[in-house]
Amino acid sequence: MRHDFLDRYSRLESPIHRLPTIVKLLGALGVVTACVSVSFVHAWFFIVLAGLLLVLSALTSIPWRFIFGRLILLEPFALGIALMALLQENGGMVFLSILVKSTLCLFTVILLSNTTPFSSLLTTMKRLGMPRLLVTILALLYRYLFVLIDEAERLNRARASRTFSTSRRKKWQMLASLIGQLFVRSTERAERIYAAMTARGWK
Amino acid sequence: MHIPDGFLDVKTAVATGIFSATGLGAALRHAGRHLQPRKIPLIGLTAAFIFVAQMLNFPVASGTSGHLLGSTFAAVLLGPSAAIVVMSSVLIVQSLIFADGGILALGANIFNMAIIAPLVGYGVYRALRLPLKSRQGQLVAIGFASWFSTVAAAVFCAGELAWSGIADWRTVFPAMAGVHMLTGLGEAAITMLIVAAIGKARPELVTDIDDSTRQGGRSATLIYGAIIVIGMFLLVAPHASPLPDGLEKVAASLGFEHKTFSSPVVSSPLKGYQIPGIQSASAATIAAGAVGAIAVFAFSFLLARVLVPRRKSVTHSSTPVIKQ
Repeated sequence: MRHDFLDRYSRLESPIHRLPTIVKLLGALGVVTACVSVSFVHAWFFIVLAGLLLVLSALTSIPWRFIFGRLILLEPFALGIALMALLQENGGMVFLSILVKSTLCLFTVILLSNTTPFSSLLTTMKRLGMPRLLVTILALLYRYLFVLIDEAERLNRARASRTFSTSRRKKWQMLASLIGQLFVRSTERAERIYAAMTARGWK
Repeated sequence: MHIPDGFLDVKTAVATGIFSATGLGAALRHAGRHLQPRKIPLIGLTAAFIFVAQMLNFPVASGTSGHLLGSTFAAVLLGPSAAIVVMSSVLIVQSLIFADGGILALGANIFNMAIIAPLVGYGVYRALRLPLKSRQGQLVAIGFASWFSTVAAAVFCAGELAWSGIADWRTVFPAMAGVHMLTGLGEAAITMLIVAAIGKARPELVTDIDDSTRQGGRSATLIYGAIIVIGMFLLVAPHASPLPDGLEKVAASLGFEHKTFSSPVVSSPLKGYQIPGIQSASAATIAAGAVGAIAVFAFSFLLARVLVPRRKSVTHSSTPVIKQ
């Protein structure tokens, strides 16, 4: 089904996609750190950074519509918190600085996640010393995320085809029992996965 | 509550990053040593489940909607250490793949939502479980703990934003705490409904974890306690000093316990701004929080009564009758 909206373009072919994951991961981290720590007084830095990110994304051949769509989708969260800065004296500058900085950081992470498959990010982080258990859990999470989204869609379709009109209270109850059912099925699936993992010699 | 990049300065990001790494490290060590290997896929699947559950929106009013956060849910059903691992994994994937929550702010986000929220939620749940022993009582405890943990996470979030200097504590604390006192109400209702639904289908999944799975957790508990206390001192306590003397005196004379909730400050919430002692918005927020706590407890209690009706048939069905 259609759940590749998460990191849809991470498996494209481009010079950026072919870069080693560690370069992209540390690069992104470096850009974000610099972006946060450089004072907003140095406006040229942010203009150069924006230009750099635009050039990089042109190289990745990810559609512009997708990148900007994602930016606009995620911006309201930042905007909500930034608005609070407006309430204090001298807040206009702070507001602008936050807006620019958070947009550039978002842009960087969108580029990272759409040029690097999650599995290679995991392998790199494992090599950088992330605990084994955490890597296993993250791999399981990513692997079964899509399965559970399918499962939730299936449950929701079954529910929708059997209810005609409901009140909001009923909707809450039905959605809750759907989520409850999803949890029950997840635990049952976990049992089967464990059986399958041990059958294949895990641990 | 996901803080994006660009909001926290480097000092806050590094400090919360250290807290989170320590807490998550302790949780992983504890889980790695004391968890049966059988439970590892369960933790992974619960993490995936929480991720998906957060995508399902409950309609609230006029186009707005809320969703489950799941910190307390995970802590009650899997135990605090496993919950820390579950929630951290969710946040890591959200920030790296969905760009929801920044990567430099990941430490702060993990600290608020994957360490403070499950630990506070679990602590409140266990404390309330002592007097509330019935199944109904369990739901009440879960509801209240969910609300409380949401507000606690929001307060720490406000502390981080204030420490970074992007917003004044006096605006950011009332805003964050106020909004999340309402959001927390949704969290309480959703968590209670879900736990009740699971209890109907598979009651054994929502029984309290027995103490055998929590053995050897003393060092983990110590580390968790230390992180919370240091975090409080660094992020929340420095701002608590501008509190007006009046409220401090009231709180001090009444002690730390539940008595604070029944203080005169609370009994006249609407006149809050007229009481000379309470002038700042922060103090008003704290007063509102106390009123809110009572209201949420009452709400949880009522909802639990609706969800778990005291029917005789319940006791009947639990004792199997074998007919020859």
